[in-house]
Amino acid sequence: MAETALETHSVVKIYKSDFGDVLAVDEVSFQVHKGEFVALVGPSGSGKTTMLAMLAALLSPTAGKLLLDGQDLATMNDARRVAFRREKIGFTFQANNLLPYLTALENIELMLQLNNRLDKAGKLRAQELLTRLGLRDRMHHLPSQMSGGQQQRVAIARALIHDPSLVLADEPTASLDTERAFQAVETFANLIHERQRAGIMVTHDLRMCRYVDRVLQMQDGKLVKIYEEPQEIKALARGE
Amino acid sequence: MQMFTLPVYLALREFWRNRGRFFLVSLVIALITLLVLFIAALGEGLGNGNREYLSKLDADLIVYQDKADLLINASRINRDRVAAVRRVDGVAKAGSIAVANATITQLDSGKELKVALLGVDPGEPGEPLVVDGSQLSRPNVNEVIIDRNTFLRTGLKVGDDLIIRVTQGTKDQLYSLKVVGVSDGQQYSLQPAIFTPYFNWDQVRPKSEAEVNRTETVVNVIAVKLTHPAKLETMKARLESEVGNIQAVPIPQAIEAVPGYTAQQSTINTQGVFTLLIGLLVIGGFFQIQILQKVPQIGVLKAIGTPNPVVSAAVVTQIILVTTIGVFIGAAGTLLLSLFFPPTIPIVFNGRASLLAIVALLMIGPIGGLVSVRYAARIEPLKALGLST
Repeated sequence: MAETALETHSVVKIYKSDFGDVLAVDEVSFQVHKGEFVALVGPSGSGKTTMLAMLAALLSPTAGKLLLDGQDLATMNDARRVAFRREKIGFTFQANNLLPYLTALENIELMLQLNNRLDKAGKLRAQELLTRLGLRDRMHHLPSQMSGGQQQRVAIARALIHDPSLVLADEPTASLDTERAFQAVETFANLIHERQRAGIMVTHDLRMCRYVDRVLQMQDGKLVKIYEEPQEIKALARGE
Repeated sequence: MQMFTLPVYLALREFWRNRGRFFLVSLVIALITLLVLFIAALGEGLGNGNREYLSKLDADLIVYQDKADLLINASRINRDRVAAVRRVDGVAKAGSIAVANATITQLDSGKELKVALLGVDPGEPGEPLVVDGSQLSRPNVNEVIIDRNTFLRTGLKVGDDLIIRVTQGTKDQLYSLKVVGVSDGQQYSLQPAIFTPYFNWDQVRPKSEAEVNRTETVVNVIAVKLTHPAKLETMKARLESEVGNIQAVPIPQAIEAVPGYTAQQSTINTQGVFTLLIGLLVIGGFFQIQILQKVPQIGVLKAIGTPNPVVSAAVVTQIILVTTIGVFIGAAGTLLLSLFFPPTIPIVFNGRASLLAIVALLMIGPIGGLVSVRYAARIEPLKALGLST
């Protein structure tokens, strides 16, 4: 059994609003192991985005524990959370992923700069990763000079370059056509397996689940079902 | 270390990759700089035109007729009082200053030039030092020193004869004066000035019909140099009590009393301050709009773990960079433009005033951008990335 990278214990998130309290995440508990790629799915309003924001240390839970590498994100102060995010978490977003004024290589190196790891070896690693992702000839291009799929691959490289413990992807295929979406998720899954990182992808596109090891289904803030068997995951991805 | 270099790296990269846009903002700042520096120079030029002669006097006190309200033209002191002033213990030197207007005519250019015609005592305070030629030789010679402005605008030089036209009684009279020296700028009442010995001045000055045959000699004010300039207040009181019917004031007070000087300076200074304020709003507005456009980018930066101080420092670095480039272009442009201005335009670049304006301009960027820096620091990555519920 692989080592556990991420554990959530009875995580609750309640938003205060003028119309009363809103329970966005209700007693959610799960684990993600190193080298495991998990999909978090559910309809709009199911709480998956809130869950992702908490896992990314962008939001504090109202109750419960979020342990990444044994450290509880819920008890960290703001400065510690920022540092933790920088060192331990990799992130790709739906859009606006890359800084438009940095080239593909510079966008990736930025993550190393932030972690004081931009040395010769780091630069080489960044170039190798981009080459691996088929972007060798796009290294010195600005995001505006790349296609959506290429930009998404650069974002994947940025999320992984500093060897984070947890890699999060928020709807990474939202702006891609089907073929490029499959390619991007497959690349993501391969890298997570290869590098033994824990990966969580939030998606509403169930077809993308064909590359994941487990699917966590949320509804009304609760974790309602976990798909673990490859057969049922494939069936879910096929829409059966 | 990266936390110090990273903001500069981000700021420079963004600046370079969007250099067209940033350069346009720098140009706006350059135009504001040009405006502020010209207003400062105009203020200095106008102020200088009003006070230049008085401020360059080698004297400590100006003696006016009592109750003349410190107005040089209104002050009338009998010339024998000059000797009385010289006799006062503690007075090193005293010289007459008599003012009038004349028109230099018959110039090679065919033009005429209105000038201030000042009567002074050779070798005494009031006579400007020449930078070319020689000082006035004797109290009653037909000699004249022209100031730099007269020199530039007439083309007259040492050794030339200068023809002035004045009205005496009901007739226009022409007088020829020999140019013996050229002084630095010595404008009086915003006019170029020429200086002739007092007794000669009294012959060639404009006169009313009543004055034409009058023998009484009158000066406007007396410039006094003290043996011990530190004893200004004591000497002022001593002069007033020993000479009688006079009022002595230090040079700065005499300058402030020049008609319109204070009002003119405060008007120009107000214009300068308002231009700076407008600059502040323009710069502040630009950076605020820019930050609003960059909210998602800043959200990404923060989400991937960029600390707030790095984000803020990057914004500040960019503001300083854009402002500095703008101010530099503006200052260089001002310098270049000023070379083409004719001497008739009263523009004077005073080192201290220009430096103050440049420092103020360099500060308007960061001050104007403070709001946007604060805004950038407060951007929530969750909201910026659309992850908030």
